[in-house]
Amino acid sequence: MSQPAGKRTVIGASPPRIEGREKVTGAATYVDDMQFGPSLLHGALKRSPIAHGRIVRIDASRARALPGVRVVVTGEDFPGLTGLYLKDRRIFALDRVRSVGEAVAGVAADTPEIAAQALDLIEVEYEELPGVFDPEYGASPEAPIIHPELASYEVVPFVFPQPGTNISNWFKVRKGDMAQGWAEADLVYEHKYRVPHVQHVPLETHVCVAQQNVNGKITLWSSSQSPFAQRNLIAKALHIDHSRLRVITPYVGGGFGSKAGVSMEGAAVALAMHAKGRPVKLRMTREEEFHTTFVRQGLVAILKMGMTKDGRITAMHNRFYWDGGASTEYGVNITRAAGYSGTGPYYVPNIHVDSYCVYTNHPVGGAMRGFGMPEIHFGIEQHIDEMAHRLGLDPVEVRLKNCLKDGDETLTGMPMHPTGLSECIRKAAAAINWGQETVSYSSTKRHGKGLAAMWKAPAMPPNPGSSALVRLNEDGTATVSIGGVDIGQGALTAMAQFAAEGIGIRVEDVRVNTVDTDYSPYEWQTVASRLTWSMGNAVLRAADAARTQVLQAVAEAWDEDISDLDIVDGQVISYRSEESIPLKNICIDGVQRKDGTFVGGPVVAQGRFMPDYVTPLDPETGQGPRAVVHFTTGCQAVEVEVDTETGEVQVLKIVSAYDVGKAINPELVRTQMEGGAVQGLSTALLEGLILDHGVPRNPNFTDYRIATAVDAPLETENIIVEVPQDDGPFGARGVGEHPMVPTAPAIANAIYNAVGVRLDSMPLTSEKVWAALQNNDI
Amino acid sequence: MNHTIHFTVNGEPFTLSVASHHTLLQVLREQLVLTGVKNGCEAGECGACTVLMNGEPVNSCLVLAPEADGATIVTVEGLAHDSQLDPLQEAFVAAGATQCGFCTPGILINSRALLDRNPDPTDAEIRAALVGNLCRCTGYIRIIDAVKAAAHAQREVQP
Repeated sequence: MSQPAGKRTVIGASPPRIEGREKVTGAATYVDDMQFGPSLLHGALKRSPIAHGRIVRIDASRARALPGVRVVVTGEDFPGLTGLYLKDRRIFALDRVRSVGEAVAGVAADTPEIAAQALDLIEVEYEELPGVFDPEYGASPEAPIIHPELASYEVVPFVFPQPGTNISNWFKVRKGDMAQGWAEADLVYEHKYRVPHVQHVPLETHVCVAQQNVNGKITLWSSSQSPFAQRNLIAKALHIDHSRLRVITPYVGGGFGSKAGVSMEGAAVALAMHAKGRPVKLRMTREEEFHTTFVRQGLVAILKMGMTKDGRITAMHNRFYWDGGASTEYGVNITRAAGYSGTGPYYVPNIHVDSYCVYTNHPVGGAMRGFGMPEIHFGIEQHIDEMAHRLGLDPVEVRLKNCLKDGDETLTGMPMHPTGLSECIRKAAAAINWGQETVSYSSTKRHGKGLAAMWKAPAMPPNPGSSALVRLNEDGTATVSIGGVDIGQGALTAMAQFAAEGIGIRVEDVRVNTVDTDYSPYEWQTVASRLTWSMGNAVLRAADAARTQVLQAVAEAWDEDISDLDIVDGQVISYRSEESIPLKNICIDGVQRKDGTFVGGPVVAQGRFMPDYVTPLDPETGQGPRAVVHFTTGCQAVEVEVDTETGEVQVLKIVSAYDVGKAINPELVRTQMEGGAVQGLSTALLEGLILDHGVPRNPNFTDYRIATAVDAPLETENIIVEVPQDDGPFGARGVGEHPMVPTAPAIANAIYNAVGVRLDSMPLTSEKVWAALQNNDI
Repeated sequence: MNHTIHFTVNGEPFTLSVASHHTLLQVLREQLVLTGVKNGCEAGECGACTVLMNGEPVNSCLVLAPEADGATIVTVEGLAHDSQLDPLQEAFVAAGATQCGFCTPGILINSRALLDRNPDPTDAEIRAALVGNLCRCTGYIRIIDAVKAAAHAQREVQP
């Protein structure tokens, strides 16, 4: 009872994830596991076989006549445009298809077999148009125009489409004096880097079930990172009242950004609106998942930097050509994020950045873990390494010299907040014994070390909101309702910790609900590594409010000052009178006053959070007082072994060091670091969607390999650095995406260190390493 | 065409009429509602649907339903006994070896098969055994740690 007020017992501890037991017993329910009975219809989508063309004719009459087919819909039934930042997309193509796999019609039938048969019976005649398959070409005046209607599309104010071109966003940074920057440099170096499209590969493919009841109310059970954004976008696209569209998201089998926003879910709702009350399930096959929902955009980056002979960066001129695909409704903001982060985490006095989002006839690009940062850092972090080598400087020292420190101006003119970036670089370097000679035990197996730094801000509109509800139950446990989704990162557990800490109960006594937009409070989206910071603030405020409700009632009943009262492990205690009462006795029925009456009542509390300080940036210069809420920074260091006979690269060790502000659950933070590092390794060494005139050639796990247990590094080390975030709950900021940002360039730098070859295109396959070794004649 | 099959699933005997073109995965998920068996690719490439068939791990998406006639099947739902979790299940929670959880059932089943034939596997043996089970969240390190911890716990109980 003498425990001092405010002592943290839950924050910074590492309770195991609260839904762990469900997940290891098979009890955890995902959308495809929900039972809808024999009335369930099976949806399927007719897809374009060509990359670019005009739809001359669609004849669905034979499909409609097939017994067991209940619904057939096409673009004419739902002609409205949709999209998160730029409304340039339809649920079904109308008049024109812009990528292989774009949906042109949908069917719902009694069985999956009948649905598949119906697709074959839909006849679509196309007139093929010339395609765009490279973003640099796409941005040129010679390229055919993919969206002639670009000027008429609705767009958010911070995205700048260039009508009459294929450029759907052009983000510019103009800062300092470029001529002076080049003049001051002792070395100016320019190079081009390429990053292919990659796939998120959630183990659970996109799946949803939609049903419209007799009152017109629609329920969508959706494997989603964005139940509220789905409600918003689908309601608007289909002209449904928001309150008549209910999105329910149970457990989600991985997202990594692919399940942010809306991809195929609108089609399920469209089918359900014609299904006379029957539920319609739409589930992507693995092949569909590979290219028809979202992919990570490809990138061509042309980087030019100036450096003095003592390693100071004097100027950067960086051009990013993003392969946005057939729609860039989400991708435009990735290119914006790349623009305002386009120097990497360095102080640079003279800057010229152009980030172009380019329409191509490739799969639709969307959010993926890192949101543009893994792609731009692949070039930036190799470029800095290469320049350090050319000047005979230590790459770690060069990074430490130039990396952003408290108060340095970022490229958009925002003063950098306190950051542990230098500490991350030092600690990561130390953990792989940077500077000590690597020992290669065989002449054909060469060891090398490499390192890369990173930064990433939550990329989002200036004002995305979070909210939370906390209710106390008769037994003193708490039920927390949130609108954010646990996609594996551990959000439910972190929120339970915030609630437990805020109320003063054990974390085991907190239940956190999965999302149902009819009952859960609003959350913008589960993206941008923002939940711990933003939703965490909302939950903490709701928990504090619940605690205050309890203590106010007790203070009145006991005639005490609220400042003398506390809740510890579910007991309300007075440090003054040393009286105590279990929370469960009072959190519903109130507290009895001395005269026998009661005060208080059922404890129900709300909290919310929204950043209110992010400013617009000048469209011509990219300058403004505060571009983003904050940057999470970090560094990875790796040790690799390169087989000079085969070109094979084995990653022996990955060290990750990130400034997370405050680790709410250090073990969950470490598992994010570790999982992200291996996803980064996988994209670095193995992954790339092969697109042949827009046709995906490897949409399966045999031809598109991801890292398996034998590819994971032999050793990992995860270092938590904590420089508090001023508006984070207990100082926390996000770390979900960051761990895969620097992995690819760190590995590329280590390969260079091991065998002296520099690879400027991902993935860093053994074939490329071997070929480069032959040219290098090492 | 339909077949009648007799088989045992998680210790319980079943007689079912199954479509000849359906897979064991479909039968388990759709007819027996054992939805812990996950569908990740339907091509035998991801391992999410792994079950034990006569003690051996198989991708249930690659087994035609009639082939299961006479077989003994164990799914993730059958790992725990009388609400006592399998040491692997305990270890996966404790080690943080599950994130989104979608690959977890298949990995648990494959790990069970490994420990049944090799109660003290090395790191390399665990990695090799799990090479057919894709996980996109964890990076595998905690999974390997959990299997080792479970093997240790199991040996403590049954030396």
